[in-house]
Amino acid sequence: MIEIQNVSLTLDDRPVLRNISLSLSEQRIAIVGSNGSGKSSFARLLNGLRTPTEGSVRVDGLDTRKQARDIRRKVGFVFQNPDNQIVFPIVEEDVAFGLKNLGIPPDTRTEMARDILQRYGLSAHSKHPAHNLSGGQKQLLAIAGVLVMKPDYVVLDEPTTLLDLRNKLRISNAIDALEQAAIVVTHDLDLVKDFDRVLVFENGRVLADDVPNAALNRYVEAMLDA
Amino acid sequence: MLDLYSEGNSRLHTMKPGWKILGLAISGSLLFAVDNILFSIAFLAVTLALFAAAGLPLRRAWAQIRPVIWIFVLIMIAQALFNSWWVGLFVIIRFAVLLMLAGLLTLTTRSSEMIDGIEAGLRPLSRLGLRTRGISLAISLTLRFIPVLASVVREVREAQYARGLERNILALTIPAIVRTLKMSEDISDAIDARGF
Amino acid sequence: MTTKDIVLIALFAALTAALGVIPQITLPMGVPITAQSMGVMLAGAFLGAKRGGLAIILFLALLAVGLPLLAGGRGGLGVFFGASGGFLIGFPVGAFMIGYLFDRYAGRPPLFPSILFMLLGGVGVVYLFGVPWLAVIAELSVWQALAASAAFLPGDVIKAVLASLILREVRKAIPNL
Repeated sequence: MIEIQNVSLTLDDRPVLRNISLSLSEQRIAIVGSNGSGKSSFARLLNGLRTPTEGSVRVDGLDTRKQARDIRRKVGFVFQNPDNQIVFPIVEEDVAFGLKNLGIPPDTRTEMARDILQRYGLSAHSKHPAHNLSGGQKQLLAIAGVLVMKPDYVVLDEPTTLLDLRNKLRISNAIDALEQAAIVVTHDLDLVKDFDRVLVFENGRVLADDVPNAALNRYVEAMLDA
Repeated sequence: MLDLYSEGNSRLHTMKPGWKILGLAISGSLLFAVDNILFSIAFLAVTLALFAAAGLPLRRAWAQIRPVIWIFVLIMIAQALFNSWWVGLFVIIRFAVLLMLAGLLTLTTRSSEMIDGIEAGLRPLSRLGLRTRGISLAISLTLRFIPVLASVVREVREAQYARGLERNILALTIPAIVRTLKMSEDISDAIDARGF
Repeated sequence: MTTKDIVLIALFAALTAALGVIPQITLPMGVPITAQSMGVMLAGAFLGAKRGGLAIILFLALLAVGLPLLAGGRGGLGVFFGASGGFLIGFPVGAFMIGYLFDRYAGRPPLFPSILFMLLGGVGVVYLFGVPWLAVIAELSVWQALAASAAFLPGDVIKAVLASLILREVRKAIPNL
């Protein structure tokens, strides 16, 4: 369970999040909202990449401000642009990076990397430069690199924004198949229609917090009003 | 990885990079220590024989010195004017041997092997407080982002082509650098997010 | 050194390599100018002395291990023994010097000092290494080697001006860098 208590966030003197309190325990949670609504910054609070200016974020009781290292192991994070997330030149090296940071010995690393690449249909590319993968394959690699570390939660920040329809479906299937609880920031309303809970962010606040249909209706209304 | 390595399985290919580097260093020192043109000519013959032993055609040896041919001409003219053409020839042969030997090392050694060698060499220094983990990461990141940034430069060039600015260095570099700097934030977040 | 520092060092090393993709411009007398050596000036100016120098050392290390990163696809240890070997060795020192001078102005000197600093580090320091090396390897006197290098001077001055303009525009685009 992730508990957010009275959280406000200010970046460069600009208020980004205003007094948010939430408790997240569902398996599939979506965060939607317009550009600049604060949803990406909110996502970064969940694994301690950012710490709140006020209030606290706790993951299974651990405070992101005090136990950032442990929390990053618990909460995996997939970024919007896989090109900024893949940090090693060769596919299997990149998957092994997180495992190396966990202190897992080289043989086990190789085996775990092989398994996860198989699961995401990337086995044939394991020794290839990551740069030569297609956009969808890169995003799958980015997800594989996070999941191989076996986090308890996965946060995905606009994972389908840069992809074409076919690749969107591949990522969508990959998200459906996750064993972990997933929190997905997205503009893609199709992606989230079967989710357990949808949060609509607007201007640094939670505008709606409901099941998908009701929340998405509020979101569309708000967009039309503005 | 894109490097200048030339596939092969000769003794030179399989030798540890450290020995090859040592060999190159000794050869270079000898060439300058023994101030004798006959020695340099003999060394040239040995070098060409090494190319043959590595299964490399002689045009690969020639390719090592082709980019500096204009320097050779310059040296020849200067030496002929101020000393003698004999000294010019000597200097050029010594120079050519050095370039060919360095090229031979590059042609018979994979970059990844050399990088592994650098990392292994740095490891003992970690006890002195040097963050070798950071150095390894920096090397990998650079290799990863060279093709990414080359694509960025190419994309910017195409975009500027549409505006007739494809040969304007400012119009090419400014957007490329802005994008590079904007990427840096996400990349370092991504590295931290994976527990570095 | 933070993760962000490591990333910036690696990105500027990669950027210096990527600038080799821009086709070279040939000056009227047949001397080529490549955008690449601007990477040296930009690394120093953007990253400061320490990180800028390290970025260029990293670029050279990858060049030495055999990656064809110089404009025209050249690379390997041979380029360090070649005529321009001393200039390459001077690159990181030049980047460090530019970074040092820019650090005095918190990375934001006015345009004229900026051009002057780029010239001092990117041309003065680099030639300080490059010219004697050329003299040794070609058995020339230092003055003869300097005369031979002078053909590149106009291109280097143009680059110092361009690098200063680039720096100013990029700082405008990303003010809180």
